[in-house]
Amino acid sequence: MVQSLDRLKESPSQTAGPYAHIGLTPNFSGISGVYDGDLGAAMVNEKTRGERIAVKIRVIDGSGTPLKDAVVEIWQADADGLHNSPSEMRGTADPNFTGWGRQATDMTTGECLFETVKPGRVPFPDGRLMAPHITIWIVARGINIGLHTRMYFGDEEAANAEDPVLARIEHRVRVPTLIAPRDGDTYTFDIHLQGEREAVFFDI
Amino acid sequence: MTERISNRRPETGAFFRRDLNSHPPAYAPIYKTSVLRSPRRALLSLDGTLSEITGPVFGHNILGELDNDLIHNFAKPGESAIGPRIIVYGKVLDERGKGVPGALLEFWQANAGGRYRHKKEGYIAPLDPNFGGCGRTITDEDGAYSLRTIQPGPYPWPNGPNDWRPAHIHFSIFGHGFAQRLITQMYFEGDPMIWQCPIVRTIPDRAAIERLVAALDMEATIPMDARAYKFDIVLRGRRSSLFENRLEGN
Ligand SMILES: [Fe+3]
Repeated sequence: MVQSLDRLKESPSQTAGPYAHIGLTPNFSGISGVYDGDLGAAMVNEKTRGERIAVKIRVIDGSGTPLKDAVVEIWQADADGLHNSPSEMRGTADPNFTGWGRQATDMTTGECLFETVKPGRVPFPDGRLMAPHITIWIVARGINIGLHTRMYFGDEEAANAEDPVLARIEHRVRVPTLIAPRDGDTYTFDIHLQGEREAVFFDI
Repeated sequence: MTERISNRRPETGAFFRRDLNSHPPAYAPIYKTSVLRSPRRALLSLDGTLSEITGPVFGHNILGELDNDLIHNFAKPGESAIGPRIIVYGKVLDERGKGVPGALLEFWQANAGGRYRHKKEGYIAPLDPNFGGCGRTITDEDGAYSLRTIQPGPYPWPNGPNDWRPAHIHFSIFGHGFAQRLITQMYFEGDPMIWQCPIVRTIPDRAAIERLVAALDMEATIPMDARAYKFDIVLRGRRSSLFENRLEGN
């Protein structure tokens, strides 16, 4: 026998279920008066630095139908590539940018919209710069463990071409599943859960 | 939202690898909705980058006085939700056994009759006019939390012809990094409904399921008021950054 490492095991995940909106976006779900507003509804204010953009996300199931009961959270660096987090040791992020957003997908269209800024570049652990990207986490009924993926920007071809995470994708035909096209100030990102265009999801 | 809750040095290491064997697989046909909503290809393994090892912090200033009191936070003045009054308390720990301070916990549940306050809910059990069903809190310096609520009822749901959910409370947990993000459910000691539930049974390992079953703790009850259940939640641990390679120029 040796001494125990005394490690615990992570609590098992369970689906957020059909009523995740009650807990995560109660005002959206019609429960008003408990909290002032839904957390993560606004990421920017009038003083936020950087280029304003909108990101329109849909999560699409194996039949091609957008999920109308999902909750999507995004997390990203500010315009200078800094995170508004205590674990950010490289500098102080823009205090007028939260970096974190949460939206429920629309109960009719399945769309959700994040008003944010275009993130700066963040270094990979080896020091190379990653292309600008947004980290995405998806939960819903039928999703047993929250799904992690990333959105890259369609107008950042040069940066995307040298991104060390995109470079890890062995099947190059899958790279476009992580890249959102730009139209005006809006990026549209369809995340397919399965099928030919199944997005690359991460075990991070 | 970004105030620091202590002066301890923030940790910046990557998270321990997630043991996917103690989580439900994405594709679990016993839970029918997962069939069309499950990625089928292998996940891309990535040691955490700054994008995942960082995460937002929520300050106690977001909390209202009744946010962790579901008995009263939706009730009319002087009234309270109907049902068996309980306290749920515990700690948010990481896999190293360290308490996770400043973790945001959000919880939601059905009322004592098993009915959710939601547009799409069709169960015949009545709404309780004094019960909303959501609450939240932030862990203290030791990772401890508590909330007050009524014990939710079991409810039927469309999956198999006669599937019922055991009584449960949904928990969403925000630790210190986006990679620690977790949603799970708490079940109640002694409930025979746990073992027949297809959603519970998406978890492949009985010992893992038992880690989601809260223990009745009569010592923590408030006499003549509320019984208590203890529910600890474990988030992923993280490597210390202490002895990691320094990047040149960093
Ligand atoms: Fe439920």
